[in-house]
Amino acid sequence: MNVTRGFTGRPRVHHPGLPPGQYDAGDDWPVLSAEVTPDLAAADWSFRIDGLVAEPRTWSWDAAHALAPSAYEGDIHCVTSWSKFGVRFGGVSLDAFLGLVRPDATATHAVAYSHTGYTTNLPLTDLTGGRAWIAWEYDGRPLPAEHGGPARLLVPHLYFWKSAKWIAGLRILDHDEPGFWEQNGYHARGNPWEEQRYSGD
Amino acid sequence: MTETFVPPTRFAVPGRIAVSNRAAAVWQTATLTEIRRETPHAATFRFAVPGWQGHLPGQHLMLRLTAEDGYGAQRHYSIASPPEDAGHIELTLDHVEGGEVSGWFHTVAEPGDEVQVRGPLSGFFAWPGDRPALLIGAGSGVVPLMSMVRHHRAQGSTVPLRLLVSARSPQELIYAREYGDETTPVFTRDAAAGVPVGRMSAAHVAPLLDRAPPGGWEAYVCGSNGFAEHASRLLVEAGQPVHRIRIERFG
Ligand SMILES: Cc1cc2nc3c(=O)[nH]c(=O)nc-3n(C[C@H](O)[C@H](O)[C@H](O)COP(=O)(O)OP(=O)(O)OC[C@H]3O[C@@H](n4cnc5c(N)ncnc54)[C@H](O)[C@@H]3O)c2cc1C
Repeated sequence: MNVTRGFTGRPRVHHPGLPPGQYDAGDDWPVLSAEVTPDLAAADWSFRIDGLVAEPRTWSWDAAHALAPSAYEGDIHCVTSWSKFGVRFGGVSLDAFLGLVRPDATATHAVAYSHTGYTTNLPLTDLTGGRAWIAWEYDGRPLPAEHGGPARLLVPHLYFWKSAKWIAGLRILDHDEPGFWEQNGYHARGNPWEEQRYSGD
Repeated sequence: MTETFVPPTRFAVPGRIAVSNRAAAVWQTATLTEIRRETPHAATFRFAVPGWQGHLPGQHLMLRLTAEDGYGAQRHYSIASPPEDAGHIELTLDHVEGGEVSGWFHTVAEPGDEVQVRGPLSGFFAWPGDRPALLIGAGSGVVPLMSMVRHHRAQGSTVPLRLLVSARSPQELIYAREYGDETTPVFTRDAAAGVPVGRMSAAHVAPLLDRAPPGGWEAYVCGSNGFAEHASRLLVEAGQPVHRIRIERFG
């Protein structure tokens, strides 16, 4: 351990929900995206799942909202080391979408892509079983554009760059395919509890 | 495999360089060798990092401080120095009120102190020096852009390069003494007599786009999120293609 002379850190209470190397951002919600925030109206938003599925499908805003609503209340963790506790998102569980397109037995991974062209890769097991959502509400209000509104992917158990903003679709694959940040040195999976920040961690 | 569909996208700017996975994963010891005051709220910290494998202007690193009890605080910092300064890196930190890491740097750190760094990270905001670059920064957002300006000078490059930098006042302008013809400062609160004061506007951005070099600019925007939103909108309104705007937000 390389102790830094004179560094004590802020007085802290250990929070069991805080993964290693993270700090509590409190009320802040930093914005991190590499692109210009798109002007995307809800009416122009669509969400598509294709690739290795029995029945590829595209949902409009209204069609997606016709599915059973599902909320997430819990924590989120960004790779830039802030975490946010007890946030509330509203939307639809990804299981509801995937149940309608029926991924093949050979499917193992997905590439999520956004309306801006951003991509990120995920193992299918991280997107199923009630652990991922398409979210359009934050704290009971429409999700702000700079945080991915009208709708973003939400995979709260992984670092937040996996929760693609302005989500446009998922391509289901039988292999892993690095996305935007993953090609720029970030970890393929991004589990905050194992500090999988950069490729090689 | 069934037919796939990709929506028409405007972003999709690829990273400029491949990042070395090994360098990004290894923590290295950086020894502070010099502290230079830039403004009342910002200072530059120079480090010797003998194993530093080099970086491209625009890249950042992860820095870690460790307390006696093992608690570690990690933050991202852009690299201010150009790659030509081999074996060394410089960071310029704002003193954030109540800030855990910047507070340590501004009140405790002295030459000889050691911290841990890993990187360089992200090839996305990097500028290898190959394309005409229009740089727009505010506050400490000028740090990665200064690495580009310094690189441009060190190379004696003739590739067009312009910097628009916003600061509250001349006293708050980081690297003030180093700017040349390539730079236009914009002061938002105070300026010398006769110099206009106000937010960066279309009047600053539009002329640069009207006189863009052949093939156009690659635009790099860096600063707080509020500034990044404002500046990227000005660029889009002035006709800069969305897919040629790279943004680094400091949170
Ligand atoms: C890619 C990237 C590059 C960056 N490059 C630079 C750079 O070149 N230069 C630069 O100066 N910055 C840069 N930053 C910002 C930098 O990473 C830090 O966010 C910044 O230095 C503040 O860190 P800190 O530890 O000093 O403050 P923090 O401790 O993180 O505090 C930030 C704010 O939150 C408040 N706060 C948070 N938690 C608490 C608490 N428990 N109690 C009281 N107050 C609290 C603080 O008062 C303060 O206002 C960059 C960020 C990114 C993402």
